Amino acid sequence: MIEKQSSNSRSQYIIDDGNSGLFKVARKAFVEQDVWQQEQARIFDRCWLYLGHESEVASPNDFVTRAIAGRNLIFNRDASGEVNAFYNTCTHRGAFVCREAKGSSKLFQCFYHGWVYSSEGKLIDQPGKTAYCENFNHDGSSNLARVERLESYRGLYFINFDRNAVSLDTYLGEVREYIDLVMDQAETRMEVVGGTQAYAIDANWKLLCENSIDGYHAVTTHATYLDYLSNTAGSMTNSDMWGAARQFGGGHAAIEYSAPWGRPVARHVAAWGEEGKKDLDAIMARLSQKYGEERARRIGLLNRNILIFPNLVLNDIMAITLRTFYPLSPDRMHVNAWALGPQEETSAMRERRLFNFLEFLGPGGFATPDDVEALEMCQRGYKNLRAVAWNDISKGMTREEPGTSDELQMRAFWRHWNSLMTAQEAAE
Amino acid sequence: MSQASLRAANNQLLTRHDFEEFLYTEAALIDEWRLDEWLTLFTDDARYLVPSTDCTEDSTPADSLFYIADDRFRMGERVKRLKKKGAHAEWPHSKVRHMVHNVRIRSVEGDTYAVTCNFVVYRTKNDVTNTYVGHNEYKFAVGADGPKIREKRAVLDMDSIRSVGKISIIL
Repeated sequence: MIEKQSSNSRSQYIIDDGNSGLFKVARKAFVEQDVWQQEQARIFDRCWLYLGHESEVASPNDFVTRAIAGRNLIFNRDASGEVNAFYNTCTHRGAFVCREAKGSSKLFQCFYHGWVYSSEGKLIDQPGKTAYCENFNHDGSSNLARVERLESYRGLYFINFDRNAVSLDTYLGEVREYIDLVMDQAETRMEVVGGTQAYAIDANWKLLCENSIDGYHAVTTHATYLDYLSNTAGSMTNSDMWGAARQFGGGHAAIEYSAPWGRPVARHVAAWGEEGKKDLDAIMARLSQKYGEERARRIGLLNRNILIFPNLVLNDIMAITLRTFYPLSPDRMHVNAWALGPQEETSAMRERRLFNFLEFLGPGGFATPDDVEALEMCQRGYKNLRAVAWNDISKGMTREEPGTSDELQMRAFWRHWNSLMTAQEAAE
Repeated sequence: MSQASLRAANNQLLTRHDFEEFLYTEAALIDEWRLDEWLTLFTDDARYLVPSTDCTEDSTPADSLFYIADDRFRMGERVKRLKKKGAHAEWPHSKVRHMVHNVRIRSVEGDTYAVTCNFVVYRTKNDVTNTYVGHNEYKFAVGADGPKIREKRAVLDMDSIRSVGKISIIL
């Protein structure tokens, strides 16, 4: 009802017609070079983008290098314990100062002419220093350049290339409630489990935004996964998938629902045996004591697919995945995915978590390859866009409370995307 | 009866040639999509592993996120799934070709042989040919009826799988 009353707008990209209950997205938004270039300026240069998790730089001098929205960055914890995001480029002539994916280092040295930077990013040595003027770098302009903004929420570090962006807390707004429901599963803190799934999809990045929170496609695209679950003795309990979709403003959205699979925090299935049940009962008891029974049940038993605008997916399902992705062109994206779990988790439960993760998630799992295929086939289908110019995401638009297999959450993404892409003040 | 099973039955050590024969057969079964027969090459407690490309030699699927970590049951389910039209990424089936090289017996302990080989796997679908490069670390259990695979760890010698997108086939 709220959605119906509030929606009534039209641009070159969307038709949002609440009165008729119709929502259309122009396929050119997935295809055109111009749109992609504008997205760089209006979305990726202005929104908060996920950089990494605190556990990846747990100790002083830990670093990770990462390519984000066309930039090459260093994410590190310096010798004094502060977390930083630097541009990975020597201020002398430009070469990378760090060429490893991860590690621990007190120094970053450019191999080209040998300039040396501390883990705080300060230029501390140059070969032939006496040949430079006395007050060289007195203003710090030859130190490693910092990314304009770096802030964190519940262990998740985000960067923003816009110095004037609102704070991360303001940006996340109400979706923080859902991030909390995931992070509160840990008694101590969450950690990224070793091993990165780094893959690619030949499709527009927004197709993966939609797909990551799409409850409608499960029974068709993932029929073989559901077959597998029902073949697995005791790894499934009777539970229909039901739940609700939420939009939070700012393009963030989520679905929350019950599902038949086991959850390492904390929904038992017979395959995990008495031992597993004991572990999960203890976790639920701890959660109930800390948060009350109602919230504990919500944390432990329900599943959440969360999209944090524009490109972070936090899916808390049979395991927890952090997934982020960047367009290289209108029809190709790089995807990075990690598994997240409570630091204090028993090794048996960690093993179950990772076993669960791989049966559904990731490019070698029983589901993700079929998603990839679907997205790539959509992208190919858009070659016909002159004849068929619009996508439809109207499902559930006239319902009082759209469900998880409706498309409210995608409309929330598109409304925000459209507002950023068509805003006058953003015109440059 | 293969030479390998004859040798096994006579308590003789298996040779590289025996394992080459075995691995060429395995490659052919995968390439020809005879996946039920491929499964028969494995022991009942077998595992099929593909670590993520930033995993180390010591990483196990109990402590690190892999691309694939199947026990024997899930290998069977993987095969069942790949045979269905609903395994969309592999329908219609892609064309797959395995190249197996540099086969070496690394150690023999009792009935267990550690064997390694290099591989190049080509997969063609929708007019795109992808190349997977890596090496396999096998643990073979050799019984009276010849060798069976107890563990196959397919280690990709790549920095990521961005150039191939996904691993929807058997490596």
